Amino acid sequence: MSVSIPYALSAEITHRCPLHCAYCSNPVELAKREHELSTQEWIRVFTEASELGVVQLHLTGGEPLMRPDVDQLIRQARELGFFVNVITSGVGVTEKRMQQLVDAGVDSMQLSIQASEPGLADAIAGSRAHEFKQKTAALIREAGIPLHMNVVLHRQNIHLVEEIIEMCVSWGAIRLELANTQYYGWALLNRQHLLPTRAQLAAAEEAFFRAKARFDRQIELIWVLPDYYEDFPKPCMGGWGEISMTVTPDGTVLPCTAASSIHTLTFESVKERSLEWIWRESAAFNSFRGFDWMAEPCRSCEHRFRDFGGCRCQAYLLAGDARQADPVCQWSPHHELISDILSSLNQDHDEPSVTAPHRPVPSYSYRGRFKKNGGMTGDHI
Amino acid sequence: MIAWGQREQLRLRSPARLKFDKARQTDMLLLPERVVNLNPTAGAILWLCDGTRSAHQIIGELEAKYNQSNLQEDVLEFLTQAIERGWIEKCP
Ligand code: SF4
Ligand code: SF4
Repeated sequence: MSVSIPYALSAEITHRCPLHCAYCSNPVELAKREHELSTQEWIRVFTEASELGVVQLHLTGGEPLMRPDVDQLIRQARELGFFVNVITSGVGVTEKRMQQLVDAGVDSMQLSIQASEPGLADAIAGSRAHEFKQKTAALIREAGIPLHMNVVLHRQNIHLVEEIIEMCVSWGAIRLELANTQYYGWALLNRQHLLPTRAQLAAAEEAFFRAKARFDRQIELIWVLPDYYEDFPKPCMGGWGEISMTVTPDGTVLPCTAASSIHTLTFESVKERSLEWIWRESAAFNSFRGFDWMAEPCRSCEHRFRDFGGCRCQAYLLAGDARQADPVCQWSPHHELISDILSSLNQDHDEPSVTAPHRPVPSYSYRGRFKKNGGMTGDHI
Repeated sequence: MIAWGQREQLRLRSPARLKFDKARQTDMLLLPERVVNLNPTAGAILWLCDGTRSAHQIIGELEAKYNQSNLQEDVLEFLTQAIERGWIEKCP
């Protein structure tokens, strides 16, 4: 099988984070600090990635700035020729810290926010963070670094789409990704509190297009579709193991951050193998390359070249088999797993409060505060 | 015909960066959230947008390098597109 050359590496340099978002994409089993790769180990990973053809490096986490060696990592990455993007919650960024990042050579920064109202934003993050973020946005701009922002949308903030866009424009962002929640890890655990109703979604889409017309020249706006409400699944990147990979804090190499949820695969670590071997030879990376692994209906479906059968993680988490069609697909034999959730949700929430669901914030399983025996029931297949 | 002067110096627009990638043996333009594989001509043009050369000079150098005399139109078209896409800009 021909193996392509990867473009991007997401380095989750730590899972530590001052925030506790209930939709965090980190696995429910967070990597512990003592298992994190050392500075030298990360530099080796970056060097191998560069030789493999990776040109873009995303430093992410958790909160990457929790690692005191992040400047050193950025400097090394720049020497290797990477475009270095730092994805931050914005907490703990001082003027001095920002200057260190700039001196080290950071190319762009992506700041995550939770909402446009501080109270709600802090409730979602499980932490008082919103006011820091505004300061961080200003520091990034003053340093001349392009500011990208992102927000995860769900039932508690999706009515604020237009306000969120206004806020990001006023903070000076040049790009904003409005990502409807993807249900893996923490988000799947909290799905019943996060999934918006159909009416909320329709209102949000209208708000998005209104704002897009208003601000089109000032900010690039990206709308990540809520796949549960689509007829067909989102495409899996450019295909599994085709364009990018993720390295977790302890050195495990994944095709994407959500993939660790697929327990039927064994993911190799840079502590034992070279990155090149893992990318080219490992069973996990080769499992879903090409099209031969597919089951029907994907196997003979003409959409397979475009969507690759959808998300492998979602197929595993919902249908119990990563080779199946993504249950979001209306042709999937497991599609009821999605449609049943949606129909019961949309019956229960038959109320008109589309624009202002000022219900109290629900009892999330906050990331990192999850009680082992408390949350895994009911909603988690 | 074009909105910018051929004598103004051109440079990459921050934070865009060029890289020759050994693994692919190609010039690549690196942008936030995006990577562009450049064909050899596009790569050759963009490497010359280093803040010291004008479009006029870039055309001259490329014509000398490729031993041709008719590159003006193609190079200007590419540079115009590159400005529109935000890859390069005029030096202030
Ligand atoms: S497997 Fe799923 S989460 Fe991973 S990249 Fe593909 S679509 Fe995204
Ligand atoms: S059957 Fe498979 S390939 Fe076809 S649209 Fe559905 S998920 Fe995609």
